[in-house]
Amino acid sequence: MNKLDKVTEKQLRKDIPDFSPGDTIDVNVRVIEGGKERTQHYSGIVIGRRGGNSISATFTVRKISGGVGVERIFPLHSPMIKSIKVTRRGKVRRAKLNYLRKLTGSKATRIAEKR
Amino acid sequence: MRGLIGKKIGMTQIFDDSGQVTPVTVIEAGPCVVTQVKTVDNDGYSAIQVGFGKRKSKHTTKPMMGHFAKAGVEPQYTLAEFEGVQGFEYKPGQQFTVAIFHKGEKVAVSGTSKGKGFAGVIKRHGFHRQPETHGQSEYLRHGGSIGQSSDPSRVWKGMKMPGHMGVDLVTVKNLKVARVDEENNQLFLRGAVPGANNGLIIITK
Repeated sequence: MNKLDKVTEKQLRKDIPDFSPGDTIDVNVRVIEGGKERTQHYSGIVIGRRGGNSISATFTVRKISGGVGVERIFPLHSPMIKSIKVTRRGKVRRAKLNYLRKLTGSKATRIAEKR
Repeated sequence: MRGLIGKKIGMTQIFDDSGQVTPVTVIEAGPCVVTQVKTVDNDGYSAIQVGFGKRKSKHTTKPMMGHFAKAGVEPQYTLAEFEGVQGFEYKPGQQFTVAIFHKGEKVAVSGTSKGKGFAGVIKRHGFHRQPETHGQSEYLRHGGSIGQSSDPSRVWKGMKMPGHMGVDLVTVKNLKVARVDEENNQLFLRGAVPGANNGLIIITK
């Protein structure tokens, strides 16, 4: 193991569930405002993951909020993420679901469930 | 002590106390051993000479072996001089570790930049490219005019032209210390540091 891996090893989270693009997930994020901490809820479809198992790994979650598409990128190993819960496994044939950006209406969130 | 000699390990990222991602350069800094204390009376100026890293005796020249023997220290890989702190008494053989730095402190880092070889004016001096169209051809990455006409009939000194780039001493100031790991002699600085990984660098306060 090289020295850089040793540095980041302690910060890697081991409590992250296995999820992949196409899955619908619930993310609970810690938000600190004015010295107070609260939990923010964010759920949507994972449209991509990058960075593998490294400390710099991120994942993108897309949801339609009030008719407007919203994408949020989370650092996978961030201590600000309280929990990740997979609510639905999606069946997709791509690693990056960027095609969802062009779709509107019910198609934008429709992904077949994995059986 | 005003600074240390170190080795750049590489860049990575850490999560700081507020959970934000911080890009950091990890440096193996010290421990540095004082090899000579220079004084105004003796040497004409005052400085503290320190060494860093191991060097085998068989790879060390005899004059240098004598120098290290005088200080009573093992042969060092490299030496550097720092300004001494007023009122502190330095002795040969004294050791300084990464503990001299504190989190949040700002430091300057000097290193030898990566060699780029013979580089053109665009890479070396940040010139713009020339037009691809309007009848222009074959002058895309050229520098253009380098001067006037019969007066002065020569090119001014210091004209920016192609040439060797890199392998220069580069200093980056005001890098913030993100973390100090005394156990592993590691220093975490926010941002980039000149030079390649495993390159020698000098960190000063």
